[in-house]
Amino acid sequence: MLIAFALPAHAGPFEDGVAKFANDDFSDTEEAIGVVASSGNKLAFPIISALQDGRLMADPDSKKVYVTGTDGKSIDAATGEAVASVPDSASAVRLNNRLRRSVDAAIGSLTLQSPDVGTRLQAAQSVFKSHEETALEAVDAALAKESNRSVKAALGEARAAILLFKSDATEVEKLDAVATLKGRGDQEALALLTGMGDQPASVTKAATSAIGSIQSSLAVWSMVQNAWYGLSLGSVLLLAAIGLAITFGVMGVINMAHGEMVMIGAYTTFVVQEVIRTRYPALFDYSLLIAVPLAFVVAGAIGVLIERSIIRFLYGRPLETLLATWGLSLVLQQAVRTMFGPTNREVGNPSWMSGAFELGQITITYNRLWILCFTLAVFAILLAMLRYTALGLEMRAVTQNRRMAASMGIATSRVDALTFGLGSGIAGIAGVALSQIDNVSPNLGQSYIIDSFMVVVFGGVGNLWGTLVGAFTLGIANKFLEPVAGAVLGKIAILVLIILFIQKRPRGLFALKGRAVEA
Amino acid sequence: MLSKSIHDIAASFSRRGVLAATAGLILGLAPLTGAKAADDTIKVGVLHSLSGTMAISETTLKDTILFLIDEQNKKGGVLGKKLEAVVVDPASNWPLFAEKARELITKDKVAVVFGCWTSVSRKSVLPVFKELNNILFYPVQYEGEESERNVFYTGAAPNQQAIPAVDYLMKEEKVKRWVLAGTDYVYPRTTNKILEAYLKSKGVAQEDIMINYTPFGHSDWQTIVADIKKFGSAGKKTAVVSTINGDANVPFYKELGNQGIKAKDIPVVAFSVGEEELAGIDTKPLVGHLAAWNYFESIKNPANEKFIKDWQAYTKNPKRVTNDPMEAHVIGFNMWVKAVEKVKSTDPDKVIDALPGIEAPNLTGGVSKMLPNHHITKPVFIGEIKGNGQFDVVWKTPSLVPGDAWSKELEGSKDLIGDWVGKKCGNFNTKTNKCLGSGS
Repeated sequence: MLIAFALPAHAGPFEDGVAKFANDDFSDTEEAIGVVASSGNKLAFPIISALQDGRLMADPDSKKVYVTGTDGKSIDAATGEAVASVPDSASAVRLNNRLRRSVDAAIGSLTLQSPDVGTRLQAAQSVFKSHEETALEAVDAALAKESNRSVKAALGEARAAILLFKSDATEVEKLDAVATLKGRGDQEALALLTGMGDQPASVTKAATSAIGSIQSSLAVWSMVQNAWYGLSLGSVLLLAAIGLAITFGVMGVINMAHGEMVMIGAYTTFVVQEVIRTRYPALFDYSLLIAVPLAFVVAGAIGVLIERSIIRFLYGRPLETLLATWGLSLVLQQAVRTMFGPTNREVGNPSWMSGAFELGQITITYNRLWILCFTLAVFAILLAMLRYTALGLEMRAVTQNRRMAASMGIATSRVDALTFGLGSGIAGIAGVALSQIDNVSPNLGQSYIIDSFMVVVFGGVGNLWGTLVGAFTLGIANKFLEPVAGAVLGKIAILVLIILFIQKRPRGLFALKGRAVEA
Repeated sequence: MLSKSIHDIAASFSRRGVLAATAGLILGLAPLTGAKAADDTIKVGVLHSLSGTMAISETTLKDTILFLIDEQNKKGGVLGKKLEAVVVDPASNWPLFAEKARELITKDKVAVVFGCWTSVSRKSVLPVFKELNNILFYPVQYEGEESERNVFYTGAAPNQQAIPAVDYLMKEEKVKRWVLAGTDYVYPRTTNKILEAYLKSKGVAQEDIMINYTPFGHSDWQTIVADIKKFGSAGKKTAVVSTINGDANVPFYKELGNQGIKAKDIPVVAFSVGEEELAGIDTKPLVGHLAAWNYFESIKNPANEKFIKDWQAYTKNPKRVTNDPMEAHVIGFNMWVKAVEKVKSTDPDKVIDALPGIEAPNLTGGVSKMLPNHHITKPVFIGEIKGNGQFDVVWKTPSLVPGDAWSKELEGSKDLIGDWVGKKCGNFNTKTNKCLGSGS
């Protein structure tokens, strides 16, 4: 290291290496990364990390390379001297996937002894991934100084990964390495063990048994994972169907425009995010919280309007209702297409809905987790509303026996409008959540309408709990069928099962009993 | 790509027939331009869906043709006559495509038609073009295995997109294990069949190929992404070759990003994801994933820069992106203009005979040529997705690749060629020296 510092500023291997960044050639860039990373020069880390973030600027004419700092100040990459400005002809050094891997490996070995625990952990993990022999020395040095337990474990695993592939490692070292990887027990460890190539017989034997044990533990986890995926799919189905459970299930209106209410909710989210992006960018993480009530109001208001202007003339005429709402769905789609254009609109994920965390050996993504929680919350609120509020009581009264409710002084037509508005509003809320996982395009609603009807009919018309159980049953059944039968056949199998089920129990899982059914 | 939307077919169990009829009534499918049947204009038919599921992709192509016609008229038109666009809306409905094509040719007497996106819509209009003897320019990459006298294919055949992409992954990324993921319809199935045969011919073992199909509009990718992750952990470099149709891509990429699969671990190379599709996604988690096309908006070239500038000025939208099928229309349109000027007539028979051999510059700096099999020569580019929704070209073929109408990788078609100049045949068997004739 000291030698590098002692070098004069003119052409040494480091300066030559840096100059190669300016050639705009992927092989030259790769060479340059190798030279710079192993140079020991204190500029190595700033250069490589700038390269990773696209802040390393190269001027193809003068062959000079600059590092633009996150603070906007720039330095000459070869000398470290500050420069006033980077010439306009300079552009960011380009990367491809192969180079990104080299950059990660280089950053990994350069930051193994960083003062920050998180950076060290990340470094150890990227060394584990690249497991290049050249990093062994750095890992050993870091391991000797490391005090944090999880970083130490990660370093141990990185060391094991390197040794496993090192041709001149001793048998004992390799057996140790296999044991360490077996302890890690995840897919990446499995990948290393299965791909390790020719080894001494004892190592191969140990590896085979390690692979067996990892695979059997992963098989158990994959069941857990399927169950989680099923819950997650179920929550999406429930969310899409819950509004329909009100308009179709409780009121008996076959509402083919239900999906379009979902779409309107999604577009409301888009509009909210657009306003936030241009006016109040700091509020972006709250955009969904703002969008939920707005989507409810917008979709609900459109629902009331539809009920007042079309559906109320069609009560008791299911076929006409079906056709009218269907036409309406086309009108709404085309209206949105005209207003917002036919292409997808970008709805961003707030930071708290991006990414994933590991639970044992399964990955749980935050957006799915939040959608599950959100769905259950919406369901609970809706249930409470129907049970404990005056409006809820009126709704149930009107749907159970309209004439008697009317004679008791309930304004039935007002209740009809509000019920339909409620169902539409909830569909709008569903749109906010679905905008996080699906396309926001005029066709959004179409893909959910059939699934929604399926859930409501399967669960039992007129019963919210039936919808809940129906959605989760279908979700979980789908996710357990999918790995076996494939996505296409799985979906067909589910449809066939539902048809058979409806033959047997035409009123669904939880059939309503009593006089209301005959009415 | 062929078909963002056989989605419609899927939805059509219950809906399609009525949907089309209703859409037709509601949206008014009459030609958008007035029917001034003046003799001093040449009519050009535009057959792209402006409503329904396919509008997402096809609307742009309609605008492209209108833009090209506008530009051509500024230059004085063709043969001293102005061009006049006749736009119809087949509403993403395959039978309606055939009806509208018939209307364009018999009622509006167009000289040529630019249109279709999905393979099924092209197949639906084929008999009409044969019967009424007119010309169709088809601008979208497709599965090949076709060469018709009345159709000129300006999009990529599989050997101009899929095969070079796989070559790139094999050479540059050293990929040994392959996931072929696609939407369940004709284009992915045929392309994957070709790719599977190609990979096996390169020594890839059966257990290193995973083929996966999903329904249209698939939005729950959790299981499949987890499967890909698992398949990729067998100690060999793995890549995904995606023929997933446009609409299902957003949730697919979102799930990849959320589950932390980065391009540097398992790269995805897509054949249906272009600048337009990326406009609906936050591309930061996708940086490094790949797409193979014959054109990228980001390609630096005076012709391309001028085109983008004029296009954005024409659409009055400085953010309007350009994409590969648009470039195909540009090439096709210019070839048609040249052929018409060469024979001094818009008579379809004369133009069809004149087109093979016609050359027109593409927007990436080369000159594309119409081949006797009615496909064109094109360069192939591999681009990496950048954080701003554009592509960074990381590789390109050294020269232009001629399109194969019939794949050399498939048993049934490797001896076939299309040759409308010498053999006057779309499916000539070079082994038996026989033309199989129509019925393919």
